[in-house]
Order: sequence, then structure tokens, then C-alpha cells
Amino acid sequence: MTSISEDSDKEKVRSVSVDLNNDASLVIDIPDALCERDKVKFTIHIKTTLSSFQKSEFSVPRQHEDFIWLHDTIVETEEYAGLIIPPAPPKPDFEGPREKMHKLGEGESSMTKEEYAKMKQELEAEYLAVFKKTVQVHEVFLQRLSSHPMFRKDRNFQIFLEYDQDLTVRRKNAKEMFGGFFKNMVKSADEVLISGVKEVDEFFEQEKIFLLDYSSKIKDATAKAEKMTRSHKNVADDYNHISGAMNSIAADNNTAFKKHLEKCAEVFEKLRKLEDRVASDQELKLTELLRYYTRDIQAAKDLLYRRARALADYENSNKTLDKARLKGKDIAQAEENQKQCLRKFDKLSESGKKELTSFKARRVVAFRKNLIEMTELEIKHAKNSMSLLQGSIEILNSN
Amino acid sequence: VCACVRESVCERERESVCECVREGVLFLSQSPEAACLSAEDISPSSNGPRDDDPDDLFAEATEEVSLDSPERQPILSDGPSPAITPVTPVMISPRVDDEDEEENRDTFDIQISVSDPEKVGDGMNAYMVYKVTTKTSLSIFSRDEVCVKRRFSDFLGLYSKLASKYMHMGYIVPPAPEKSIVGMTKVKVGKEDLSSVEFVEKRRSALERYLLRTVKHPALLKDPDVLQFLESSELPRAVSTQALSGAGILRMVNKAADAVNKMTIKMNESDAWFEEKQQQFENLDVQLRKLHASVESLVCHRKELSVNTASFAKSAAMLGNSEDHTALSRALSQLAEVEEKIDQLHQDQSYADFYLISELLGDYVRLITAVKGVFDQRMKAWAKWQDAQVMLQRKREAEAKLQYANKPDKLQQATDEIREWEGKVQQGERDFEQISKNIRREVGRFEKDRVKDFRVVIIKYLESLVHTQQQLIKYWEAFLPEAKAIA
Repeated sequence: MTSISEDSDKEKVRSVSVDLNNDASLVIDIPDALCERDKVKFTIHIKTTLSSFQKSEFSVPRQHEDFIWLHDTIVETEEYAGLIIPPAPPKPDFEGPREKMHKLGEGESSMTKEEYAKMKQELEAEYLAVFKKTVQVHEVFLQRLSSHPMFRKDRNFQIFLEYDQDLTVRRKNAKEMFGGFFKNMVKSADEVLISGVKEVDEFFEQEKIFLLDYSSKIKDATAKAEKMTRSHKNVADDYNHISGAMNSIAADNNTAFKKHLEKCAEVFEKLRKLEDRVASDQELKLTELLRYYTRDIQAAKDLLYRRARALADYENSNKTLDKARLKGKDIAQAEENQKQCLRKFDKLSESGKKELTSFKARRVVAFRKNLIEMTELEIKHAKNSMSLLQGSIEILNSN
Repeated sequence: VCACVRESVCERERESVCECVREGVLFLSQSPEAACLSAEDISPSSNGPRDDDPDDLFAEATEEVSLDSPERQPILSDGPSPAITPVTPVMISPRVDDEDEEENRDTFDIQISVSDPEKVGDGMNAYMVYKVTTKTSLSIFSRDEVCVKRRFSDFLGLYSKLASKYMHMGYIVPPAPEKSIVGMTKVKVGKEDLSSVEFVEKRRSALERYLLRTVKHPALLKDPDVLQFLESSELPRAVSTQALSGAGILRMVNKAADAVNKMTIKMNESDAWFEEKQQQFENLDVQLRKLHASVESLVCHRKELSVNTASFAKSAAMLGNSEDHTALSRALSQLAEVEEKIDQLHQDQSYADFYLISELLGDYVRLITAVKGVFDQRMKAWAKWQDAQVMLQRKREAEAKLQYANKPDKLQQATDEIREWEGKVQQGERDFEQISKNIRREVGRFEKDRVKDFRVVIIKYLESLVHTQQQLIKYWEAFLPEAKAIA
């Protein structure tokens, strides 16, 4: 386990999960993305040695909706019921930068040239941060699929990667989407089913207890981490305003004090950049990690639900068989049904066990990697802040 | 140019000062009654010209005042602004310059601390009492260490007295901390919660800064009311400082009247320095308020950051408990501990944000208001002088008319009135020039202090930030091996 993460430390991998590109037979990354108004177009780059693909290296443009289509088709595939299905990437959210851009446009006349330039710079930085996040999360989704022995062979996955035209035709229409909504509603009612079903298998009993509890805790931790990050950004914002206010006081002064004030304003401006960096690194390494695993835990829970469903079906089939035996009708049919249910349930249990075990391993490695990186970045930023501050104190004292 | 020349009564035109006056020509001689317009005349000596006195006001009326000069002007007051609080008539005799210069050159050796807030009484009549400790080697104090107990209204009373004595002369009297009905009510009601503790601490700190700033002013340091405040164990209660007292209401009325007057006085500013400075202070007022608002926002957000970090720490601890992988569980618990320490760091930093910078800026915003007030006083002095000149002109016209009408008894009265108003004109001009001079000196001192204060505070603040970063490095470096130990 440790060797994997060490390798990934050397490589420039942006994934929140473990290095998923360690299998050279199918390597996927998203080197580029284009944002047009509401739509983001990702450029998927594929390198493969597999014969199932026509070319060995190629790129293809895809939209967010294409990813959702792929995810949903996989979810609906009966064959994968015993697998943890990688969570769908969330929709790219450019609301924040868009709002800022709006404000910038409105306030352009009332701002000085410097203020405008500064705000524009901030806007670009925020845009870039959202961009990085969404690329990362879409990339990880594909890499999870490509590194899984079963998903990588999926026909739809191959279409997604290879089809050189627009996938719009194949995407869900409105009716199907409603079906999805409905399914979700039924599913939450079935969470009761998961906790209700009598578990015979010790492993699954433990997993059930763990997943139900962990899922609510990680959701809470994600929310609190988000609030913390937002506060950091607010502090950075305040440093910005303080710097501006000091500059305007300095502009009116004509003495040596003016230089002093300008230097102070500069310090606050630099502090702001550092604080911003701390906030965005914390978001990327901590908040995003928690967000991702909240979704992954949900996917694991979905697996448990499907298995619980299969168990319920098996138990029902037993009852049906008993009834048929009593009545003396349709016995063969009922026997066949029961055999099938049992087979399905066993298959789910077997692959489910494997999936859940490797899920834990994957989770531990991802947390380790991100916690280490976050800590190293915090130390780096704190050291930079300190040397900035100490240097400034020296300069201000010598004036 | 001397008033007598302006009125073309005296033919002897001299360069700067009218020698008519120097030579004691009757024309501008004044009787004490003419000079004193109120019962609160302070100076026992006459306002007449004195040849041998180095403090001859007329000698210096048109001199350029250097901002560094430690000169003391005799504290003469003629007609104080409407003061409501009964000021104990204090005799201030004009001091000789030398003595003052010496004391100035001494190191400013006085320390004042305000401490040990104690609640006295209960319910709505309760109040806080603070211990005021003065340690000094200055000779004007009777002992080198004094402790007295004072309540908030005592401080307000002190300010009120000082303002009424000195503000109309152009002295920048440091304002006392503001009242807060909400804050005090919470304390009175007896809530021992964090917000009332913070309120009392905020007030204690503000009172301390107020006293230090007051005694930093060389004239105020020697004021008997200040000395009495710092030294005497019993202080008459300043009742008229209450907002809803009769005095309080009169104060508000006067403030309103002042504001109206300010709008109607259109002063002919002949001195570019004053015009420039007034504009500068207007600008500085706006900019300081903006800066203060930004710092207040920082204080608020930093507190939020502390709260959110603490909340995350708890959540991370719960997550660690839930985690079934032992090593990861341990690491998450330790992450929770680190974040808890960090939330305390943020809280401490927000106190530094507040007490070092935010409160200081708040003080300066109020000080600038006092500075602007002093410029307004000068305008009032100018207006008074102008009004006196107008009156004088009328009296002269009246006399001229009477001369034609040939009414000898009324004529005598008219002549007397002319003399009276000539005196007032002279006094008005003197006062105007005096206040202008004082303001120049005060503004110089204010700007020096402001620069010094800011330099000191910004360094202290940056050092507090350094400390926070150092602690952050310590905490994260301790956590790093824990994160690496996840296996």
C-alpha cells in the first residue's frame, strides 16, 4: 500500500483517490477543458494497449451530461449489482465566479482602475479553482472505471471513450430521468430495509453498522469543512480591503509616513494571497476528499441495499416455493426462481465482500495521501507567511 | 495689521504690530470689565499690554509658529463656550516658559492602569467600579503611586470639564469612551456570560487608553481636574453626564445649534494652512472610517473562523471514532486535536485584531471628530470677532448720528459703548489668533503622535501574526508524522 502512494507522490497525479493510472494498459486523463457559458467540454485523453480499442492513443471531447449518462447506464446494469459503482461527478458549479463577474460588470464605473484590475485577477483565480476541482472529479470517475477489472470492459464505457461523435442521442430523455428520480425515492425507503433485514453474515453485519454510521459522520464533516474554508476566504477578503484602505490613506500623505503606509498595505496584500492559498489548498485536499468519500460511501451503501434486496427476494422465493409445494402447483417454476435468487444473492455477497474490502483499503490510502499533502502545504504556507511578516517587520523598524 | 489702523483712526502705521498699543495708547486700553464677558473669568491679570513679559500676546500675534516649539501660552480664557457642568473656578496663572520647557524635556514618566472591575450594587442601579493606579515621578503629583476607585460617569465628567475648559481654545481634548446602554444593561442584570465579560474588558481597556492619551497632552496633564481625578479618593459625582439629565438635554440642544451655525458661517479663510488641513482631516475621517470598518469585519470573520474550526474539530473527532480502520481512526482523532488547538489560535488572533488595531482605529476616528471640532471652534471665534466688528461699526454710526443730533448725554453713552466694542473687537482678534496658533501646535502634536502610534501598533500586530504562524507550524509539524503513520 505504501509503495503505491509513494509512487503517486512522485507523479503529478491530481486524484483524490489512489493513483488509478498504475495500469499502463488503459491510461486516461483530462488534460484540458473548455468552458462555454453553461457547458464545460472536457477533453479526454486515452492511451491504451488493449486490442479492444481501435487506436492506441486518442482524444475525445465530452460534456458533463455524457458522464452522467455513462454512470446511469452502469447503475442500471444488472451485472454490476455486486460492485460499488463509482459515484457520478457533480455538476460543474461556476455560480460563484459568475456572480462575481456580474458584480464586476455592474461596478466597473464606480471602481478605480487598480480596483478593477485587482477584482478581475481575483475572479480569474476563483474561476481557475472551480475549474481545477471539476476537472479532477471527472477525471477520477473515469479512472475508477478504467482501473476496475469489470468496468473497464463495459461496452458503454468503450463507446464513451471511442465514439467520435456527439453522444447526445444516446443520453437520457426526460422520461428516463423521471424514472431515476422515482428510483431514488424508493431507495431511501429501502434504507429501512437494509437495517431491518436479519443479517447472517458477520462481515456484512459489521459493514452495515459501520457504513450507516460513517455516512452521517462524513456528511457532517464535509459541511463543517466547507464552512471553515469559507471563513478563511472571508479573512483573505478582509485583508484585501484593509490593504486598499491603507493605500488610500497613504495617497493623501506626503511624508515618510506615506512609504510606511504603502509598505503596510503591501504586507496585507501579500497576506491576503497567502490566506487565499491556504483556503484553496484546504478545500482541495480536505473538503474535496470528504466530499468525494461521502459520495463513495453512498455508493457502498447502494451495494448493501442491492444485496439486501436480493436477500429479501430470496426469502420471498422460499415462501413462494413453500406455498407452491403446499398447493402442489408450479413447483418447478418456484424451485427455479428460488435457485436463481439464491445464485444472485450469493454472487452479490461474494463480489460485495471483495468490493467493500478493497474500498476500505482505497479509502485509507486516499486519506493518508491527502492528509499528508494538506499538512505539508499548511506548513509551507505558514513558513512563507512567517518569513514575509518577519521581513516586513525588519523593514518597517528600520525606517 | 492692528485693528486701530484698519479702522483708520490711528495714523501711525507700523509693520506688524501697532505700536499705539505697545506704548499704551488709550485707544485700545481695556478695563477688566470690558474683557470679561462672563463670570468665569479665569485670569487675574489684566489683558493689557506688557512690555517686559515675554508672553506678550501681541508680540507674537503675527509670528510664524514653528510646530516644534515647546512654548507655552498662558491659558487665558475669555468667555468659555456654553458649559453646562458647573466648573469649579480655577485660577490658572500664566506660567513662565522656562519651567514648562524643562518639564517637557523630562522623559514622560507616568504610567496609568485601569484594572479590577468590580460590580457595586445590583439591579438597574448597579454600576462598575474600576481601580485607577497612577505611577509617576513627576513633581506635580503628591505621591509617586496612587490608587483610586472610579466609575464610568467619573471619566465622562472629567472629559466634560476638560472639554469646556480647553476646546474653545483650540486644544484637542481626547474624547472619553462612548456610553453603551445595551452593554451596561447586560452587566447590570448580572449575566456572567462571555459577552458581558468581554464588554467590561473592552470598556476597561478603553478607559485606560483614554487616561493615557489625556495625560500625554502637556497642558491637560497639569490640569487640576485631571490631578484630582487621578489622586483624590473622593470625587463629587458627575450627575450631569447622564444622557437624560437636564444637562444632557441642554448639551444636545447646543450641539444642534452648533451644527446649524456651522452651516451658516461662511469664513473668509486667509490662511492656506487651515484650508489644507481641514480638507486633509475631512479626507482622513472618511478613510479611517473605511479602514476601521474593514478591520471590524476582519475581527468578526476571524471569530467565525475560530468557531467553524472548533466545530470541524468536533466533527472530525466523531468521524475518527466511527472509522473502523485503526490507524486512520487515530490519525483523524489527532487531526481533530490539532484543529482544536488551531481554533484557540484563531480566537487569540481575533483578540489581537480587536484590541491592537480595531480599538485604536476607533479611538482615532473619535479623535478626528475632536480635531474637526477644534477647527469649528476657530470658525466660531472668527465669527465672534466679525460680529464684534459689525457691532462696533454700528455703534460708530450711531455716535456719528448723535453728534449731529447734539444730545450730549446720549453721546457720552455712545462713546462709552464704542470703547466697549473696540475692546471686544481687539479681544476677538486676539482670541482668533490665539486659537489659530494653538491649533497649529495641537495639529502638529497630533500628527506626530498619530504616526508614532501607528508605527508602534502595526509592528505589534505583525508580531502577533508571526506568533500565530509559528504556532501553526508547530502544530502541523507535530501532526505530519501521525498522518504518515497511517498504514
